[in-house]
Amino acid sequence: MSEVDLGYWGVPLAMLGGAIRVSTPFLFVSLGECLTERSGRINLGLEGTLVCGAISAYAVAFETGSPWLGVLVAALCGALFGLLHGLICSLPKVNDIAVGIAMMLMGMGLAFYFGKSYVQPVAPDLPSIPLGAWSDIPQLQAALDINALFFLGLFAAIVLDWVLRNTRAGLYVRVVGDSTAAARAMGVHPNRVRVISTLAGGALAGIGGSYLSLYYPGSWNEGISSGQGLMAVALVIFARWKPLYCFGAALLFGSAGAIGPALQSVGISSGYHLFYAAPYLLTLIILIITSSPHRLLSGAPAELSITK
Amino acid sequence: MRKITSTRRGFLKTAVGAAGGITLGTGLFNQSVLAADLNIGFIYVGPKDDFGYNQAHAEGAAAVKAMSGVSVVEEESVPESIDVQKTMESMINFDGTTLLFPTSFGYFDPHILSIAPQYPDLRFQHCGGLWQEGVHPDNVGSYFGYIGMGQYLNGVVAGHASKTKKIGFVAAKPIPQVLLNINSFLLGARSVDPGITCQVIFTGEWSMAVREAEATNALIDQGADVITCHVDGPKVVVETAAGRGAYVCGYHADQSPLAPEKYLTGAEWNWANVYTGMIKTVQEGGSIDNFVRGGLAEGFVKMSDLGPAVSDTARNQFEATRAEIMKGGFAAIKGPLNDNEGNVIASAGESFEESDVALESMDYLVEGVIGSTS
Repeated sequence: MSEVDLGYWGVPLAMLGGAIRVSTPFLFVSLGECLTERSGRINLGLEGTLVCGAISAYAVAFETGSPWLGVLVAALCGALFGLLHGLICSLPKVNDIAVGIAMMLMGMGLAFYFGKSYVQPVAPDLPSIPLGAWSDIPQLQAALDINALFFLGLFAAIVLDWVLRNTRAGLYVRVVGDSTAAARAMGVHPNRVRVISTLAGGALAGIGGSYLSLYYPGSWNEGISSGQGLMAVALVIFARWKPLYCFGAALLFGSAGAIGPALQSVGISSGYHLFYAAPYLLTLIILIITSSPHRLLSGAPAELSITK
Repeated sequence: MRKITSTRRGFLKTAVGAAGGITLGTGLFNQSVLAADLNIGFIYVGPKDDFGYNQAHAEGAAAVKAMSGVSVVEEESVPESIDVQKTMESMINFDGTTLLFPTSFGYFDPHILSIAPQYPDLRFQHCGGLWQEGVHPDNVGSYFGYIGMGQYLNGVVAGHASKTKKIGFVAAKPIPQVLLNINSFLLGARSVDPGITCQVIFTGEWSMAVREAEATNALIDQGADVITCHVDGPKVVVETAAGRGAYVCGYHADQSPLAPEKYLTGAEWNWANVYTGMIKTVQEGGSIDNFVRGGLAEGFVKMSDLGPAVSDTARNQFEATRAEIMKGGFAAIKGPLNDNEGNVIASAGESFEESDVALESMDYLVEGVIGSTS
């Protein structure tokens, strides 16, 4: 290991590396939330789903030795949470936000309860693809050591975008999200579409959780998510309910999170609390700039309970 | 017939009554034995198997549990907020504990300080707080160990292992104990090579997995090749650093199973020794001092076994330095020494021994540490 002296170049490099390393859970959760919200429901429970995905993936990977099986189980676990949320919200006069908060607390409680015995064991990590092998700068090699789930997330964003735009299924989701009445007139069952969307969204969030425990930071503890699932929900508004924008937003949040440590590592260390607040500050600024008292946020599904 | 039946019934009644009486008596007797037990409560800020701070205390509590005449209640993941006051209240009122160990630094002020005066007969033992006579309640005690000496020894081994002459420290918050560890780590390394520098990154939180991983990566990107930390659970830092090919020095507990090849050594707490000692004192009718401190020599702190990557020269200097520290009165901070902003910390001939209370209000980083306390 012979590191090259990077000096201030370390900051942009850390932001690039951070964008790639940290963004994946944001990406999966925001894609899941994007799909759910496009069908007209908000699932605030994805933080709980994320943590449950993390622990179920870690436990399965440890017990079976196969991290990919862990990812699969995390997706199933997330789908189950999504299904539960979807079904409860299909009952008349149920508030999806309240159910989501309950699901979040339940998910975290369950994960911490079942996760007690998995704080100690070390589960196998997901493999990464060394895309930086062409470079002879070890730091760049490390930054470009990219996990397959990152590409899966990018792929999912492209597919989701295409499905929403161009397919009948996508049309159903959009119409249910924009007008329940129109959907009924078309002969679409709004609740059925919403349950399926929430279920698929939950599965995506579960995969996001498996990335946390199986790749980066790559171990299970109770502070593993520290609110990333909640931030990802805010990120969907920021990304204007567009899957491809979600990808960009996730990258931005990932790199914003890397600023704090990177600046300290090059000696700019006063006011590090402020740098750590960068992602939150970013959200706030963008929301303020783009909000208007006169109209809905562009791209917001009209059936969302927050926009009604 | 009737007469006999009624007699038999009467007999049965008496028998059952007697049996009941005996059971009740035994029950009462048992209770009195239980009451003679020393009821102890341990409170942790995180999970008790976190490979770190809480695990170190929980290992101590486990040793206490194995003693006779004690019963132990534990609660983990209690935040440093009004929650810890509720936990203490419930341990006192429902579990009947008379000796409490709220182990996290942030439990002290204002939480222990507001609960303790309400229960003057009970004892509150806090880890890390700076108890002062006359200022703080008499039923509060503070204990801590000179683990900075452990970080000094970490530094000695790190100084030999580092090729880039840059070592890294992932720190949670700039409180005195953390700053002393950072300074000691660097000074240990500088005892090998005065040209070594130590980069520090503060994460701002005791436990923040993703940020700790990012901090570790940032240190290694800047060329640090030996990493240590002071966060509650060093698991993420140790695994991330070893994954990037850097050496690691442990902290709080033994993390060598996480990185068997890259783990050099580690500064560990030895709370089992400290806690069983305190409980014995109480059982023998004595009282624990309000201000208890100790280091390697007193068995408050211990070092992990040296890893396979430690060279013979490093091992020799490590052993020699440890022997020096075991004699007592060792000073890592000694003049001439400046902080990293150029202010004089100690002039030539001046030194701060490990037991010097002035070290417990440290607010500087010494020359050679890259970083700032605010």
